[in-house]
Amino acid sequence: MEHKGFTDIRTVEKGRAREGFGLGVLDAARANKNVMALCADLTESIMLAKLREELPKQFVEVGVAEQNMMGIAAGLALSGKIPFVASYAVFNPGRNWDQLRVSVCYSNANVKVVGAHAGISVGPDGATHQALEDIAITRVLPNLLVIAPTDIHETRAAVAALVAHNGPCYIRFGRDVVPTLTKPDMPFEIGKAYALRHGSHCTVVANGPLVAEALLAAEELAGEGIELEVIASPSIKPLDSHTILASAKKTGCVVVAEEAQIIGGLGSAVAELIGEAAPMPVIRVGIHDSFGESGTPDELMDRYGLRSRHIIAAARKALSLNR
Amino acid sequence: MLHETIIREKAQAIRASIVTMLAAAGSGHSAGPLGMADVFATLYFGEVLRHKAEEPEWEDRDKLVLSCGHICPVLYATLAEAGYFPKEELLTLRKLDSRLQGHPHNLALPGIETSSGPLSQGISQAIGMALANRLDERRSHVYAILSDGEHNEGQIWEGVMFAGNAGLSNLTVIIDRNNIQIDGPTEQIMPLEPLADKYRAFNWHVREVDGHNVRAIWDACMEARAITDGPTVIIAHTIPGKGVDFMEYDYRWHGKPPTAEQAAVALTQIMSEEV
Repeated sequence: MEHKGFTDIRTVEKGRAREGFGLGVLDAARANKNVMALCADLTESIMLAKLREELPKQFVEVGVAEQNMMGIAAGLALSGKIPFVASYAVFNPGRNWDQLRVSVCYSNANVKVVGAHAGISVGPDGATHQALEDIAITRVLPNLLVIAPTDIHETRAAVAALVAHNGPCYIRFGRDVVPTLTKPDMPFEIGKAYALRHGSHCTVVANGPLVAEALLAAEELAGEGIELEVIASPSIKPLDSHTILASAKKTGCVVVAEEAQIIGGLGSAVAELIGEAAPMPVIRVGIHDSFGESGTPDELMDRYGLRSRHIIAAARKALSLNR
Repeated sequence: MLHETIIREKAQAIRASIVTMLAAAGSGHSAGPLGMADVFATLYFGEVLRHKAEEPEWEDRDKLVLSCGHICPVLYATLAEAGYFPKEELLTLRKLDSRLQGHPHNLALPGIETSSGPLSQGISQAIGMALANRLDERRSHVYAILSDGEHNEGQIWEGVMFAGNAGLSNLTVIIDRNNIQIDGPTEQIMPLEPLADKYRAFNWHVREVDGHNVRAIWDACMEARAITDGPTVIIAHTIPGKGVDFMEYDYRWHGKPPTAEQAAVALTQIMSEEV
């Protein structure tokens, strides 16, 4: 439980993962002049304004041209730079997936792709701007790592880990505040999942804002004598198959929760792992093959089934299938 | 010092290799590679491109990005001619386990700067390389080879807009203006003219040359290198299928290889041309 930086999930302070990104990339750019940031006309909201001001040579404004941005990043990376290409996840990698596939992944160019404002919690902008498919379309690309950190501290630490990793990566996070569950200055390990709460009845694997929801679900079910084991899995690819399988074999059933389409996301990754290594019930919590709509983040998380009560229902179903 | 005869001999050898390798492969593109042989020979054998075949990763090399990856036979034939790998290997084009992939792959073969195939991705990568050179204060120049047809793609114009704004004088685009694309003549499918004016409007220097006149190609490249206030585009007017009479100007040869019999005729024509 060494990652735990809080005592009560209900009163824990909140922060923005994108702030963690802005801080992390600034740390990295200060330490290494080869680290660069490219942005497509969204510098303020992706928290790159400070870097632009302080290190203008390491910042490239490409205008609203995400395809060109991805290609320029590939060219920079093939010349020894470590570029972060940042935009909203619906555009990056949504609009420039072909450039990501060929210019970056096929060439194994050391590009870090940043999908901001991911998930349905971007809210009132509506379905066009709610990236729910980004995990599915990045997971299938060879050479590419896929990371969805939990909170502000973990995002900052993940950026440092991505800089240290030589190869293409995708990192995604949302716009809204989320509970701060990890401690500052914890190193981020690519390919590592970790338990935030131990339990013996059902394993819940989650990432992003759903980690906090899973902890709330675990508290509530504990009152009924049902103990959930909550595992945060910010690393979707590579997946920590060892940690997840060990927990699943102990509990006998699994729930996976994420702010993305259940088709092709973390839930699919875990179901594939379990199906091939230790078949047992796996219930996925996420967006069920639909587009979102306008609303507040809270309203949308409620309506689209991304709350602790949805994880509780999924756990009950998993437990009943396991009997 | 420009040795035109040597370059023309190299172009002839490159054309012969293109025909031979395509016939052996049984698939691939004929017209574009043959049309660009004079440009490639000038770049690699006219001391335009500063490069070292024995040290492909030489840090201060000039870089050539082939945006229109489908004309890679001309790049492969040129690299083999320059000594990057044995010429016999050209016969493995498009075959299993070959380093000569159907479209170029940087991790497969020395001398290939990046992967390309889906059109228009090269210009952006060339821009990234030119930016890196400028940041690192390297004198190296970046050449991007673009087809005319790929100017249908939006990404080309994103890149053209960016490079003009960034004043990337260490970037030269060379367009293979052969007027054909898969479905027919470019001006019937999706007209590009006035192409030079389009580039000028984005603050590029523009030169138009006969893409088979070695002296003109060389002069334009040297001028582009001397310009310090922005990128240059060289529109090289070429004949698709150049050197083989039954392929010249015919868009139907864009995407197919010669049969063994056709290759024999083509080779005779290519080798009998006076250099």
